[in-house]
Amino acid sequence: MPIPNAKVTPMSTTAAQPRIVMRSDASAADTMGEVERKLGTLELLWGTAFVRKALIIIVLAVIWEAYARFLDNPLLFPTFIETLEAMRERIADGTIPARAWASIKILLMGYASGIALAATLTILAVNTRIGTDFLETMTAMFNPLPAIALLPLALIWFGLGQGSLVFVLIHSVLWAVALNTHSGFLGVSQTLRMVGRNYGLKGFAYVTRILVPAAFPSILTGLKIGWAFAWRTLIAAELVFGVSSGQGGLGWFIFENRNNLEIPAVFAGLLTVIVIGLVVENLVFRTVEQKTIRKWGVSS
Amino acid sequence: MQPLLDVSGVTLRYKTPSVLVTATERVSFEVNTSDRFVLLGPSGCGKSTLLKAVGGYLHPSEGEIRIKGRKVTEPGADRMMVFQEFDQLLPWKTVLDNVMFPLLNARKMGRSEARDRAAAYIEKVGLTRAMNSYPHTLSGGMKQRVAIARGMAMEPDILLMDEPFAALDALTRRTCQDELLQLWEETRFTVMFVTHSIAEAIKIGNRILLLSPHPGRVKAEVVDVEHASPTDGSAGRLEREIHELLFAQDGHGE
Repeated sequence: MPIPNAKVTPMSTTAAQPRIVMRSDASAADTMGEVERKLGTLELLWGTAFVRKALIIIVLAVIWEAYARFLDNPLLFPTFIETLEAMRERIADGTIPARAWASIKILLMGYASGIALAATLTILAVNTRIGTDFLETMTAMFNPLPAIALLPLALIWFGLGQGSLVFVLIHSVLWAVALNTHSGFLGVSQTLRMVGRNYGLKGFAYVTRILVPAAFPSILTGLKIGWAFAWRTLIAAELVFGVSSGQGGLGWFIFENRNNLEIPAVFAGLLTVIVIGLVVENLVFRTVEQKTIRKWGVSS
Repeated sequence: MQPLLDVSGVTLRYKTPSVLVTATERVSFEVNTSDRFVLLGPSGCGKSTLLKAVGGYLHPSEGEIRIKGRKVTEPGADRMMVFQEFDQLLPWKTVLDNVMFPLLNARKMGRSEARDRAAAYIEKVGLTRAMNSYPHTLSGGMKQRVAIARGMAMEPDILLMDEPFAALDALTRRTCQDELLQLWEETRFTVMFVTHSIAEAIKIGNRILLLSPHPGRVKAEVVDVEHASPTDGSAGRLEREIHELLFAQDGHGE
């Protein structure tokens, strides 16, 4: 019985025509399966990177506290709570805010001048071939040179004080920013360049309205690296001397307290350096990233 | 009558690091107002190079290109380009801002006027709902529609399209072709269109310039293309004829 009778296939000639068989699956909206489901609160929390990272920091703090108590030697390794206590004290009496502000002020000066110089160099580099060669040679030479290595020289040239610090800061910022901006400009697609020229944009308008936004992911990377370099360089340079005799920065604060064997305050100073670094990275740069390259769907 | 675009005896050469390539040799043609002029040919026939020369990105080493009597020397907004690449939209601007940008910068139009004009053209390509989206959230077909809206909003003398649908999937490509024709019915703009698809050339164009490769030379011109109809088979016949013509050239091997 499963063998079909050969005579029962006169249909085959008409069945060879292509035809469309309608199916009702797609239109049955009411029986549709579950497409979205809310996740549980715990699952949502665990999904946030911030929560996971905060947890790691808490665990580290607990380990620190436990180990320091076990060691019981506040001169070598104060506990976490002692450090916080010292920090609270120094913040309350205005020392840490004043020192931090002194550092940040210098830092912003150096950072801004570094960026301005980097902008000048890269604009020269995009417009002239000799500018490109100059920028490439200079970055190849000076990028590997740690800024702090120039400090002895800077001290001779600019003396003990702001001038020397700003000089080494510029050096630490300039090459990182210039290098990234330049490679960002080079990476702007031929199509976007042609679009810009199609609109009749030229010279400065072309750079600011097409090249800069198109290269923004690289520029932002450069700014971030520049910031990290500058912050490190500044603290290291301040360890050598204060910003000016009376009013030193955070690095000087750390050095001073070490000399006075105020170890919890040394830790408080280090913690402040870390906190400022984290705040800038996570608030300032993260916000800029969210508002720009994340929104535009581009990344470096 | 003076033609809108007059390309006469244009030879285009460009340098690669090691050789000087001749892309086209003494190519001449004229484009009239409201033409849908298609440059068709196999790869290597210099059709894109020719379009870029009309765009003002390349300078002919022989002959000259005139638009409305003015000699083309540099890129300009009177010849808006639509490229093949999806990254031709500025990723840091929304769809509306992308269309408004050239109106503000090249046309020096006021903001509200530019906004109205941009919105009108975005509506023409059916993207009003996506007006405030950023390009990365759009599909390839939508991006090309925005690029077309951007070009048309400028109401240029001629719209230059460099294989705008080549990177689209077959279904989207057909829809986009239909839409382009419908837009043309509404506004009768002049368009110069580069493609390597014979079927697309027949569908889009009213005149087709056939180019032969290495170096690019004019082989033939097909006129009254709009009379080829896909229903009575005349489009298919024309497609076969053009194919044979281009193929025969390959056979000769020059």
